Amino acid sequence: MFRDLFSADAWREAWRIIQAEFAGAIWETVYVTVLATLFSILIGLPLGVLLVAGEKNGVLPLPAWLLRCLNVIINLLRSIPFLILMILVFPLTRLIVGTVVGTTASIVPLVIAAFPFVARLAESSLREVSPNVIEMAKSMGASPFQIIVKVMIPECVPSLISNATIALTTILGYSAMSGIIGGGGLGKIAINYGYYRYKYLIMLAAVVLLILFVQLCQSAGTRLSHKLDKRIRNKK
Amino acid sequence: MIVLKQVSKQFQTEDGTVDALKNVSISIPDGDIFGIIGMSGAGKSTLVRCINMLERPSEGSIEIDGVPLETLSEKELREMRRGVTMIFQGFHLLMQRNCLKNVCFPLELAGKSKAEAKKRAQELLDIVGLGDKAKAYPAQLSGGQQQRVAIARALATDPKVLLCDEATSALDPNTTNSILELLRTINEQLGITVIIITHQMSVVEKICRHVAILDGGEVVEQGEVSEVFSHPRSAAARKLVFPEENGDFPLTGGTDERLIRVVFNGAAATGSPLIARMAVERGIEANIVYASTKSIGGKVYGSMLLGIPNDESQVQTATEYLTGVPNVAVQVVTTDVS
Repeated sequence: MFRDLFSADAWREAWRIIQAEFAGAIWETVYVTVLATLFSILIGLPLGVLLVAGEKNGVLPLPAWLLRCLNVIINLLRSIPFLILMILVFPLTRLIVGTVVGTTASIVPLVIAAFPFVARLAESSLREVSPNVIEMAKSMGASPFQIIVKVMIPECVPSLISNATIALTTILGYSAMSGIIGGGGLGKIAINYGYYRYKYLIMLAAVVLLILFVQLCQSAGTRLSHKLDKRIRNKK
Repeated sequence: MIVLKQVSKQFQTEDGTVDALKNVSISIPDGDIFGIIGMSGAGKSTLVRCINMLERPSEGSIEIDGVPLETLSEKELREMRRGVTMIFQGFHLLMQRNCLKNVCFPLELAGKSKAEAKKRAQELLDIVGLGDKAKAYPAQLSGGQQQRVAIARALATDPKVLLCDEATSALDPNTTNSILELLRTINEQLGITVIIITHQMSVVEKICRHVAILDGGEVVEQGEVSEVFSHPRSAAARKLVFPEENGDFPLTGGTDERLIRVVFNGAAATGSPLIARMAVERGIEANIVYASTKSIGGKVYGSMLLGIPNDESQVQTATEYLTGVPNVAVQVVTTDVS
């Protein structure tokens, strides 16, 4: 079997399929990952803010039961395996997208799986903001909302960006799994050709592209975070 | 006028209730530079945070210009805080904003337009001598420069009162002096009441007119700096004013000497060698055990410990001689100083 793997025929076939399907698959991967990350941040960031600001000594204390509820929900969603979660959220997916299969439909379970993770990441970023700076803002007459928008979030932007990069690469990894429910992209190609049809060359090509994609996102994210951090004195 | 009436503050900790402040009553006149001094843990930071209601007192009342702060709503408190701003030991600048934007911050909070805020911020940076650093980020500045930016920021909303929480404690002596000079200028030119929290007697000495000494959450002494400085009555005050009594110096000058303390409270003694003249005129060979005096505007402030030969008549003569000098107080030190 492995002798056939790298035969001339196999190379030719692989090249044909790469030419025919990879452009679309790359686009689908980018589309799914970017949109899912975006929605996860839209839900997760405010949630992360609530987790920090809503504490007893926070800027906007929430009732203890509400904060506990939020924590339980986040932990619950984070503990369900993604494969199971995809199936569990079918009703919600149908409600929002109209169907449960396909590339766009796979965004819904991705967001459900990722936003609690993003909330935790945002929480840890926001906790880096010194309580002294928040006290300073209070002493200048800042309202809780002003403290969140003008102090807490802007002060931890570099950390938020590096955490957003982690979220993006994690979602990229999850999106490969959504090939199971017909989500398109490089993950689907790797599973369909490599796992179901033993065409390992094509699987390898897809995996290499995924690796490149992660590398690219990670280094771009790190660079951006570093560039925006005004605490660093001597930049190159 | 800021009036604190019987202010107490308790904190609940795991080990029970801690009294941070006990029945503190202070009046601070408008335009004053008022020092609140005490050792670590005396309650200074809690006290200053009560003045802008970052900490709510458990009991008692705080009035600014006749308005009792505890009656204000959250929104009114935020409004009030624009008139009672604060600078800190750690500066607490926004590290991701440049200096100009840092000074703009309180103006943004107050809802001023961007252009208006920037114009005012630039003026303020000019006042504190950092007009050319508008585009620099805090991480690029020295501690003294950061504190200047913080002062500019605190002045942005035209406050009546400036609270300084250990504002010079993280700075070296030269920078401390230049920041104190700046605070004095602000007080004189803008008429802003400055309240200074510190553990350093030198800071109070240098710029404060009135002082309150805080010990264990209580005001043990208050009044004009020169008065408290020359006649400290409480143990805590003596500890601050006469640090030589803290055990760093031997208080017994040997068995053949008696110690007398000479306190200079604005004595016009800079031009005359007082101790040398005492030796010449009265024949007393005084041994200077400790001295910490400074001359401010030609007048001497501070204290000195003299070892006088152990002879009742000599001690008597020396005491009489020194007491005869205007604004000099003399006391014979007993070995039991507590």
